[in-house]
Amino acid sequence: MPGLHEFLMLGAVLFCLSITGIFLNRKNLLILLMCIELMLLSVNMNFIAFSYFNADIVGQIFVFFILTVAAAESAIGLAIVVVLFRNKNTINVNDLDTLKG
Amino acid sequence: MITFTFYLVAIILIVAAIGVITVKNPVHAALFLILAFFSSAAIWLLLQAEFLAITLVLVYVGAVMVLFLFVLMMLDVNVAPLREGFVRHFPLSIFVGGLIFVEMILVLGSWHQAVPPETLTTVPNIELLGEVLYTYYVYPFEIAAVILLVAMIAAMALTMRPHTRAKYQNPAQQVTVRREDCVRLVKMPSETKD
Repeated sequence: MPGLHEFLMLGAVLFCLSITGIFLNRKNLLILLMCIELMLLSVNMNFIAFSYFNADIVGQIFVFFILTVAAAESAIGLAIVVVLFRNKNTINVNDLDTLKG
Repeated sequence: MITFTFYLVAIILIVAAIGVITVKNPVHAALFLILAFFSSAAIWLLLQAEFLAITLVLVYVGAVMVLFLFVLMMLDVNVAPLREGFVRHFPLSIFVGGLIFVEMILVLGSWHQAVPPETLTTVPNIELLGEVLYTYYVYPFEIAAVILLVAMIAAMALTMRPHTRAKYQNPAQQVTVRREDCVRLVKMPSETKD
């Protein structure tokens, strides 16, 4: 059985990959949402590894709530993307400058 | 055997994650993300989190990723302008990602190695989870339900637009209607039958 380090390392690799993905695909809103999902997955991986190695079920409870909130977030995010595409006919982040930020 | 499975699945997971962030077609990225979810469900099974592994496959692969694919196929997106700057930002992104990774490795390396717990419980994972979830965490559980409800209603309210051709009743107009507006009495002489 691999130790706690291996699981945490895997979570770290996933997290860094998703941060790299946010940098690389900063124009595409849909890939950004996917990278956020990947990031939450890596966090969940850490939680479950700690839950197993500390023999504490509460870590899994937290993962349960993270999954709930992530599902809600992606549903609303995709709805916003659909409305955005309907109104502006683009999902390029560069074109979404109505707020002049 | 478990070590071999772990490393195999971990490599698949990392390759899938690299695929998500580098492929050109967003549909392929979504499919790679599904592979990543499956692989992490396998790793969670190794960590004896059966319920969450099944939930990941059912909820994420079964619902969220299908939603993603629906939206991807519904939108007619021209991918080429979304890819510009990919090569230009590549060194910077690798640098930032690598830096964060090195920091995490430094933090992890200064740790003592934890050993896996020897005593394996015979109580099923879902029973343990349920016992805690429905006693200590019952209010957060209900709040999670409310969050899902709000998300559902918000998603529908955001994407719904009034149908222009559909005929529907306007009750406010119906109750304010007056007799003079719609009934007209006409005086005319009675006709005789010839």
